[in-house]
Amino acid sequence: MLVIDQGTYDAIVAHARRDHPDEACGVVAGPAGSDRPERFIPMVNAARSPTFYEFDSADLLALYRDMDARDEEPVIVYHSHTATEAYPSRTDISYASEPGAHYVLVSTREPDTVEFRSFRIVDSIVTEEEVRVVATLHQS
Amino acid sequence: MAIEVRIPTILRTYTGGEKAVTGDGATLAAVLQDLDSRHPGLRDRIVDEKGLRRFVNVYVNDEDVRFIGGLDTGLKDGDTVTVLPAVAGGARSGRARGGRDVGTAGG
Repeated sequence: MLVIDQGTYDAIVAHARRDHPDEACGVVAGPAGSDRPERFIPMVNAARSPTFYEFDSADLLALYRDMDARDEEPVIVYHSHTATEAYPSRTDISYASEPGAHYVLVSTREPDTVEFRSFRIVDSIVTEEEVRVVATLHQS
Repeated sequence: MAIEVRIPTILRTYTGGEKAVTGDGATLAAVLQDLDSRHPGLRDRIVDEKGLRRFVNVYVNDEDVRFIGGLDTGLKDGDTVTVLPAVAGGARSGRARGGRDVGTAGG
């Protein structure tokens, strides 16, 4: 299950809407091992495409260095689909390389309806999981 | 010559969980070969018969090696090599328009 706070959820959806019709992408980092998505990091889609996303190579290095320095990991890796359902495509599965991450898919195909789903992708196996939106992430 | 090689989470199964390992060699290709002697299989996850795998980015210090010489990139003592999987995907499946092909695993 993905537990996410309302503010981060809204920020992901807003980013997806803003970049529509291109795909939007980003990460929510959290303390290593915590499974707590705390730090919202929208990324530039270097492909600027309605059907493909890719973190810029230099941005990717900077992102991972920054997370490493903070002892964080990517708790969520998110992107949008702009004309199809919020479900991992074959391309998404072939690239998925963070077995510990929640892969969040947002579809912006309907302007008035939010489709926000979360998946684990491990060894090319996709498993959908429940998304629980909470007001704030409680300390545990 | 000691070259620190930083290993992404998904490849740490090859390094006993270590985030960084040390290799020796005057080029990236040589360092990867050297690492493979102690971490068998690691090299094959980074390169294939055609060169660097498309889903993997390799950096020497701050530079993506695709822009500075690929596997032939020269290394000197104290350089850091960072291996990171590309973060990419998208609704498009199979072969893209415009010459960029993606997603060999799914076709």
